[in-house]
Amino acid sequence: MREFKILAILVVFTGILYWGVEPFAHSQMHAHVDKPDYEFKDLKGTGELKGDATNGATLVQANCIACHSIKSASFPPLMDDATSAASYGVVPPDLGSSGLIYDANYLSAFINDPATATNTKHKFVDGVAHPMPAYNWMPPQDIADMVAYLQSIAPKELSNKQVFADACQRCHSIKYGDFYGGSMTAQSDVSKYMGKEAPDLSQYIRSRSKTYLHEFINNPQKHIEATAMPRVGLTKKAEEQVVTYMENVGDSKKQERESLAWPFLGYMLVLAIFAWIWKFKIWRDIH
Amino acid sequence: MAKVNESLFSVEGLDKRLAIKKFWKVMMTEYWIPKDINFLWAMGVVLAVTFKILIISGIFLMMYYKPDVNLAFDSVNYTIMQEVGYGWLFRHMHGVAASVIFLVIYIHMFTGIYYGSYKKGREMIWISGMLLFMTFSAAGFSGYMLPWGQMSYWAAAVITNLFAGGSLEAWGLVEWIRGGFAVNDATLTRFYMLHVFLLPISILAIIVLHFYALRIPHVNNQNSEEIDYDVEAQKYLDGNKKESKVIPFWPVFLSKDFAVLAVFLIFYFYLVFFNYNFAMDPVNFDPANSMVTPAHIYPEWYFLWSYETLRGPFFDVLGMKAMDIGLIIFGFAQVAFLIVPFLDKDPDILPAHKRKKFQIWFWIMVVDMMVLTIYGKLPPTGANAWVGFGATLTFLSLFISLPFITKSDAKKRGV
Repeated sequence: MREFKILAILVVFTGILYWGVEPFAHSQMHAHVDKPDYEFKDLKGTGELKGDATNGATLVQANCIACHSIKSASFPPLMDDATSAASYGVVPPDLGSSGLIYDANYLSAFINDPATATNTKHKFVDGVAHPMPAYNWMPPQDIADMVAYLQSIAPKELSNKQVFADACQRCHSIKYGDFYGGSMTAQSDVSKYMGKEAPDLSQYIRSRSKTYLHEFINNPQKHIEATAMPRVGLTKKAEEQVVTYMENVGDSKKQERESLAWPFLGYMLVLAIFAWIWKFKIWRDIH
Repeated sequence: MAKVNESLFSVEGLDKRLAIKKFWKVMMTEYWIPKDINFLWAMGVVLAVTFKILIISGIFLMMYYKPDVNLAFDSVNYTIMQEVGYGWLFRHMHGVAASVIFLVIYIHMFTGIYYGSYKKGREMIWISGMLLFMTFSAAGFSGYMLPWGQMSYWAAAVITNLFAGGSLEAWGLVEWIRGGFAVNDATLTRFYMLHVFLLPISILAIIVLHFYALRIPHVNNQNSEEIDYDVEAQKYLDGNKKESKVIPFWPVFLSKDFAVLAVFLIFYFYLVFFNYNFAMDPVNFDPANSMVTPAHIYPEWYFLWSYETLRGPFFDVLGMKAMDIGLIIFGFAQVAFLIVPFLDKDPDILPAHKRKKFQIWFWIMVVDMMVLTIYGKLPPTGANAWVGFGATLTFLSLFISLPFITKSDAKKRGV
């Protein structure tokens, strides 16, 4: 009986200690923020306007492809990555998948005014302009048409890695994704106009929780005020694909770890049962 | 005796050459342990096995780890965690064992304090044990630097800076320890040497001393009863096992240890597979960056109580800088437990429940250690700073008052 009392004291004290230094301490250290908003309610896109993809095609060709490529629609990039990074400060993204991975409401708000949609107005002051000019002079119906066009040419499905490459890799590298080949390095150095080098994301799945990653990607300003990272407007599904890719790269042995746990714990349980049987057998003569 | 005819490859032959039967008797079957014990007496063996896990997993990790600031982070997080077969398992086992071993050390230590197992003949056991606590702390600290993450770097920067000596400005010492003006490649390499060589062999040597120190005064028991080991051992050997107050180390004592150990291992492997963040802080999965200070810098949980005594005094007193006061109390905290045998003025060896005031002292001390630990991690702002300050003062007063409390207990019993 006394041993159970001692064990209870041990368990209670260890439990309080664990609660204090882990869940409690971390809840005190990290800000609580609202859940991710995948409809981007703070942005006024083109509202209920229905887009016309055919008209959108004409508008995109007239307005976008001077800088952006759309390889899937046979508009190749006009310059290589290094040259366009040098010209614009960033490699303009290929628009082939934009209609799939970015939310439509966000996309129209972005075309209207990129710095507002990305929450990076604080980075573009004193004459520094966002690399992509605002299209706030354009009638909302035209913007809706361009978004409709981008959605019409977007693939139905992309791999996690492709979503990551299109959504993140222009600024971020994830070298563990392709450690020796090096194809997962960032396409351009954004430190010049963003003021800070974008970190390598290889271990972000271990250094940040999944909840944090979702909250942060959805709206970086929520966790780090005035951060240089833009809100990119990923749909819920695309964001999940990005985080899954980060997990596959940064915690590639997760499945092995989880499947190996039960044989280990099972073995220890059997060991414990035999150890206690042996203990009782030996101690029977003693008491 | 010089000539042995029995074959080397027989028990008799080995016994003639190495006296293995006598050795086995002395170390195992006739090494007497009191019968009146509970499962807390198994913590020594639990610690020995956890240390063995650390050594074995550490050897495997050493095969792929690169002690170089440019390679360390990737060698741990990419090579070991993702490329090497079961490398992640050895790293998780090593990281979790390094943390859990301190939980068991604290339990082992507080058991010793509760039952008065540090005094009147057992001082050497206590002192060698506290030396182990210090060397393990050094091993924990040096090992934490090796993955070269943000917490590795900043914990190293903050803790090595303690040797700058506050207002004493003992410059030269901190640079000598770091091998440079800042934590750098030389710091990483020397801490690697300490972690994989000097500290483990020192720990092994002190463990031998610790075990040897137990041999003459024997292990204490639940009621601190004095036992005539010759008489009780004879009873056991004569077959009066139930009557005898002692049990042999093998198989009786160890059978209970193994049972407790097996339960501990279930708990340990649960942590290894499912709940390891407490031992492998997420912040440390960001590569070390001397240009970016993490929002919160805190040591591993087992250093938090002494870290809190360092930052507890947060305001200057009578012209003395807060940092200096903190350093003095921190310095005292490092030896407070070591000198407990000399602070305890009670001439008797008794468990805490037979020393009323000491019993109250003990539980206040345990609770205060927990408060210090938890507040050592919380941001030291607002009310937190005052709680930390109060707990630091309590810690100090506890150890200053111990001689008077123990004397008063003895007086009440009429000794």
